[in-house]
Amino acid sequence: MVTNFQSHYIPNTIAEQDDLLAAVGLSSVDELFSDIPDDYRNPPLRLPDPMSELEIQRELGEMAGRNRPLASGPSFLGAGSYYHFIPSIVKAVMTRGEFLTAYTPYQPEVSQGTLQVIFEFQTMISALYGMEVANAGMYDGATSLAEAVLMACRVTRRQQVVVSDTVAPAYRQVIATYCQAQGVAIDIVPTADIGANVTEATAGVVAQYPNFYGGLDDLAGLAATAHDDGALLVVSADPLAMGMLKPPGGFGADIVTGEGQPIGIPPSFGGPYLGLFSCKQQYIRQMPSRLVGRTTDTRGRTGYVLTLQTREQHIRRERATSNICTNEALYALASTIYLAAMGRNGLRQVAELCYHKAHYAASAIAGLDGYSLAQSGEFFQEFVVSCPEAPAKINRRLMERNILGGLDVSDRFENGMLLCVTEMNSRQDIDLLVGSLPAAK
Amino acid sequence: MLNKGGNRDTTRLLMDRSVPGRVGVVTPGLDVPAAPLPDAAYLRDDLPLPEVSEPEVVQYFTSLSQLNFSIDTHFYPLGSCTMKYNPKINDEVAFLPGFAGIHPQQPAEQSQGALELLYRLQDFLTEVTGMAATSLATLAGAHGELGGVLMMRAYHLARGDSGRTKMGIPDSAHGTNPASAAMAGFDVVTIPSDADGNTDLVALREIATDDLAGVMITLPSTLGLFDTNILEVCQIVHECGGLVYGDGANMNALLGRAKLGELGFDVCHLNLHKTFSTPHGGGGPGAGPVCCVENLAPYLAAPVVAVNDAGEYSLAEPDQSIGKISGFHGNFGVLVRAYTYIRTLGAAGLLSISGNAVLNANYIMESLKDIYELPYDRTCMHEVVFSADRQRERGVSGLEVAKRLLDYGFHAPTMYFPLIVHEALMIEPTESETMETLDAFIDALRLIDSEATAEPELVQHAPHTTPVSRLDEATAARRPVLRWEAAAD
Repeated sequence: MVTNFQSHYIPNTIAEQDDLLAAVGLSSVDELFSDIPDDYRNPPLRLPDPMSELEIQRELGEMAGRNRPLASGPSFLGAGSYYHFIPSIVKAVMTRGEFLTAYTPYQPEVSQGTLQVIFEFQTMISALYGMEVANAGMYDGATSLAEAVLMACRVTRRQQVVVSDTVAPAYRQVIATYCQAQGVAIDIVPTADIGANVTEATAGVVAQYPNFYGGLDDLAGLAATAHDDGALLVVSADPLAMGMLKPPGGFGADIVTGEGQPIGIPPSFGGPYLGLFSCKQQYIRQMPSRLVGRTTDTRGRTGYVLTLQTREQHIRRERATSNICTNEALYALASTIYLAAMGRNGLRQVAELCYHKAHYAASAIAGLDGYSLAQSGEFFQEFVVSCPEAPAKINRRLMERNILGGLDVSDRFENGMLLCVTEMNSRQDIDLLVGSLPAAK
Repeated sequence: MLNKGGNRDTTRLLMDRSVPGRVGVVTPGLDVPAAPLPDAAYLRDDLPLPEVSEPEVVQYFTSLSQLNFSIDTHFYPLGSCTMKYNPKINDEVAFLPGFAGIHPQQPAEQSQGALELLYRLQDFLTEVTGMAATSLATLAGAHGELGGVLMMRAYHLARGDSGRTKMGIPDSAHGTNPASAAMAGFDVVTIPSDADGNTDLVALREIATDDLAGVMITLPSTLGLFDTNILEVCQIVHECGGLVYGDGANMNALLGRAKLGELGFDVCHLNLHKTFSTPHGGGGPGAGPVCCVENLAPYLAAPVVAVNDAGEYSLAEPDQSIGKISGFHGNFGVLVRAYTYIRTLGAAGLLSISGNAVLNANYIMESLKDIYELPYDRTCMHEVVFSADRQRERGVSGLEVAKRLLDYGFHAPTMYFPLIVHEALMIEPTESETMETLDAFIDALRLIDSEATAEPELVQHAPHTTPVSRLDEATAARRPVLRWEAAAD
């Protein structure tokens, strides 16, 4: 099939194509495809006609305009994707072509930029989580936790895990998907019952910190429970909360994963995000995904390389620790820039802003007629309120005032709504929410 | 390369630069009353992050970026990776507040534009592959493979066909194929290639029995060849009750030229970060949507996007879905870029991509085959695989030829892959390079061949002009240093 369409992404003109064809001894582009059986070659391709960039901007701008951005009004929805401030430098630096359009750093001599960034990333993630080693990243928080479950099974050579029912429902589903062909038994139980369910056959105890409903579980107790029976403690932790909270590593966790989105990545309708993955040094040879290590070149200069690659699919094939190849390197860069900018003090300040604002909102809502907090105990930036009517109905009412309410969790708490308050919510936003919750008299 | 001093010196890591009291961000003040802090047992006492100012952050990371090769700065003929130009408009639209600033769980009424985009992209990819349905939930190529082979497993099990424990995979396959099959619980059986680089049909027939779940085929193969046995391959596998998985890594060659669904494939993934131009980002994010025939559609990973008679879009879970495979609905920002790319190019543009990608690869093949050994002398597809055996005889390996290319300002080709070609050099020029670039690259490879005769040491110890020379990978693996540590006093 001949096409005369000249795309601005493809330099070769028709005349140049003819020159190239002459050089390879053919007379038409179609002849290049003669290995494709005749009856199957050049099928109809029912796609729209090409568009100019001007038309594209209009079409995509129109489609984007039919979505409500979080910034367009007060928003209190969290539940796994969080609205946080991102300094301008994150986008400015990460979209440099030298980072954005580079491949995976398999050629270290011409990839030191990417490799050194990953080394910085590994350093900061292990520091945040209080762990000895972090890898170069995974797809997202859910898949990172699922891979941690598989790793716990490899390390312990056991095939059963006990998962707290306060782990995000979506994460529990992804764990089930990853384990469905591996013969791993998954017991989902209330946190209080974990001890009764752990046995000498248990590979890992799995918890979330803060948990999906906002609360802080007793990780020290869970670590003791797991370790008493030779199981690992696997924790999925919010990296931004680590600005103030004692990290899982400090409680004895063996593998700590997390969703990197809160630290420098926009909500973007759920992706691309970034899986964080860290563990104790003794388990590094069972880790999934890439690792960057420091070494020296032939002239003694410090440099960085992908290392311990014999764990990975391109070397070990069906015996690899995981099939993961492309991960989320660009967003590991975004998080690295974010953490560098926030630094020791900035991250603590942001975490504390979230904490104080969430507690202000929770106590004001608990003071409303018919509203109360569904759980007692410590929480970070999310909490469940018991509402006097169906959360779906309340959310519709809030949206009439352009307020995005919380997640409906009435499957677990009667008329429960999971609310999230971050540094992006001003006191005025919170007061507006509190004032809008009661039904109009 | 010029060494830089002070802030822009990249040899000092962030923690080495940290000065107590410097700040990179000024945070807003607290506008509500402070609440009592949690019990001290929950609070951390130390946060070992750096303290650096904003200019330092920008200067450090910008200087780091300059140590990289990238598509924007260098020709990147990395076989099987499709390192084509990444259009800037795609990034711009992905960052629109109506896309980048929306929450994955906000009500469907508040995200109709995003859902419609996903719905249309599902349709586009279904059409390009000649399949019946698509799920966008998988986040990279290997993730798509895992989803696809789990669907094959679920399909057989739902039919009570529980004895299908084997997955046939060609000896030329990417490592992700056997790794994904293993994660889905299959035993991997290797299928050899025949003398022409096609699937060996005799060997395939031997494993095509009632314990074969299916085969995973990359088309064109990693040898850069269109497997002329492909119709028989699909037929043999189907006759024994198995399914055919298509690894879409090399789809750049086939856009508009052939459809996997029509050739007999049952399920496949696409790499949007290869064929559909989304930036590779130094190793992701990617997106690996899975497309399949009607029979397999009920098993697709959740969610998919559906539309009702009123034209309202919503997320849905296929009846017998393998389940959720990622946290939300796929790598949306990548999907926006791919949608924009397909809309920009249309059917005519996609045909131009495959035509020019294959033409450029054949031009390189013809221009170098007198000097570099060509194991399969056939019209190639989007990439050509040479062997450096002739250079090896002069003491210069394929790896050394590739490293010497770095000195000439070209990224190395893929080396030592596929595994069945000795000293393999796999070159994929893509459609987005000019003839001038191709000629300069060809000249460099010819020059390196003469160097292999005249000055072999020059090639053997390359690269010489890069920010670092050959690195000691053995020591890195033997004594892993995986993070910054304070220097001992």
